[in-house]
Amino acid sequence: MRHVLSIARMTLSEARQRKVLWALTLLGLAFLGLFATGFYFMYRDLSRTMSSSSGISRLLEPTNFLLMAGLYVVNFLVVVLAVLTSVDTVSGEIASGTIHTIVTKPLRRWQVIAGKWLGLAVLLGAFSATMAAALMAIVWLIARYLPPNPGSGIGLVVLEGLVVLTLSILGGTRLSTLTNGVVVFMLYGLAFIAGWIEQIGSYMRSEAAINTGIVISLLMPSEAMWKRAAYLMQPPFLRELGLDVTPFGAASAPSAVMVAYAVAYIAVGLLLAIRWFNRRDL
Amino acid sequence: MHQLPTRPRSIVIETARLRKVYGDTIAVDDLTLSVAPGEVFGFLGPNGAGKTTTVKMLLGLVRPTAGEARLFGCTPGDPRAMARVGFLPEHFRFHPWLTGAGFLDLHGRLYGLDAAERKERIPRLLARVGLADRAGTRLAEFSKGMAQRIGLAQALLNDPELVILDEPTSGLDPLGRREVRDLIRELRGAGVSVFLNSHFLSEVEITCDRVAIVKRGRVVRIGTLDELTRHAVEVEVRASGLTDECLAGLAQWGQVTAPPAEIGCGSGTCARLTMSVADEDALPRVAEWLIRSGAHLYALAPQRLSLEELFMRTMAEDL
Repeated sequence: MRHVLSIARMTLSEARQRKVLWALTLLGLAFLGLFATGFYFMYRDLSRTMSSSSGISRLLEPTNFLLMAGLYVVNFLVVVLAVLTSVDTVSGEIASGTIHTIVTKPLRRWQVIAGKWLGLAVLLGAFSATMAAALMAIVWLIARYLPPNPGSGIGLVVLEGLVVLTLSILGGTRLSTLTNGVVVFMLYGLAFIAGWIEQIGSYMRSEAAINTGIVISLLMPSEAMWKRAAYLMQPPFLRELGLDVTPFGAASAPSAVMVAYAVAYIAVGLLLAIRWFNRRDL
Repeated sequence: MHQLPTRPRSIVIETARLRKVYGDTIAVDDLTLSVAPGEVFGFLGPNGAGKTTTVKMLLGLVRPTAGEARLFGCTPGDPRAMARVGFLPEHFRFHPWLTGAGFLDLHGRLYGLDAAERKERIPRLLARVGLADRAGTRLAEFSKGMAQRIGLAQALLNDPELVILDEPTSGLDPLGRREVRDLIRELRGAGVSVFLNSHFLSEVEITCDRVAIVKRGRVVRIGTLDELTRHAVEVEVRASGLTDECLAGLAQWGQVTAPPAEIGCGSGTCARLTMSVADEDALPRVAEWLIRSGAHLYALAPQRLSLEELFMRTMAEDL
């Protein structure tokens, strides 16, 4: 475990020394500031126009929509960040030869993979949880509104990041950095489209479309995590109507089984990455 | 698969019929060697002879296609063995954003050194490789020679019993090469075993106790420098009264490499020729033959081959 922690520490300090942490903090704050400003003014105008006619419950819908739009951006940033921070971490060190001085130390190769995964998972988890929680806090401070199941929602966004991270580390043990990046983003794109196919299929009650979407989600369960997060955080009356066919909401939601599947996907992905890395010539 | 017999742990490196094939290319073939404690072993060969692949198999970076290697009695890559090894890879490079001291601290952690040990060893090693004033400089700003030296410091962090150096002086200027040579000698003085991959003959000749010459993945010569150069001796013969029959008879022991030429000998003249013989045991017989054939022998001067001549001949041989 000590070696896993040393590698995790190395990975985090790499992110710090390459100014990744700085960039994330500054741009994250800029994003939150922009969201807070935009939300403040929109909420003020909405309150003026709507409070006279239909009462506070009607306000929930646009408030939830804006929050979900913000969370969707965070979710996308988490995916991009997961790929960018990890795509090079194994293949890059193999290509540059720096891996030679690392794996010839008194440690096992699995510890290198586990340590890198752990370090990046901490970075990613901290970023996604902080950003999502901050958005909810902003909305709460301005509108006194908190979506249902905020904890599960944040957890699912983190889980989506970990799915992408694991896949990218797995790819890095076999593919070059560029190929790996292309493959992971393509899979993410597929999962995104699959999410839409499933949504529209559900709206039009097409079994074939729903099943196509599910099969692709099994291949890459990233977008499914967002869909479930969005479903859980919808106001109940919207959920009952099943009308919300936007990328920020979910008409049909992946079940809890899909969440268990994503956790298993991460575990298997990590084990496979270790196995591939163990067997390859460096 | 060929099995190594159980040996005392004192053998530092041992390989048995090690072989590595990449596609159609045989990188290393049938490699059997051992390195004893305290020995400086030179692995000499031209570029592409399979030296780096061999080192990678010893360290567990590359899996052999066949055969077996042991480091301190363990399979390559076993942390118990790796704790006793220092390694400097060829074309050493590391993360450019690290400082000299930060780089060594990271590797100290990977060796499992605690904070107190790192605090003591890092400044000492920086000073030892002449980089004491560069502790805070980023590796990005290091010259090639400085990078090589910090790499050496990294290989010595754990006070290793075996240091594996892969072309440690390639890309260094003459001064840098000399420093590396001195360091290898220092290690030998401290009883550390060294496995040195090199294509620099002089470096191997000066520093190594034993040498293996590799060519296209195979070891074609192996032994101490003395053993290697004792064979294939060049002899200069000065004699008068050499008959054609006598000259023809010399072919039994070797090949005349320079035909007789007349030179001054004593008060008259005689013929000087050089021939190469298989080993020093041929010398008394050559002398006997010359005298029995009626020649007057003025000199029979054996000259050992330098490692360079031996190397060049070995490379020219079609094996």
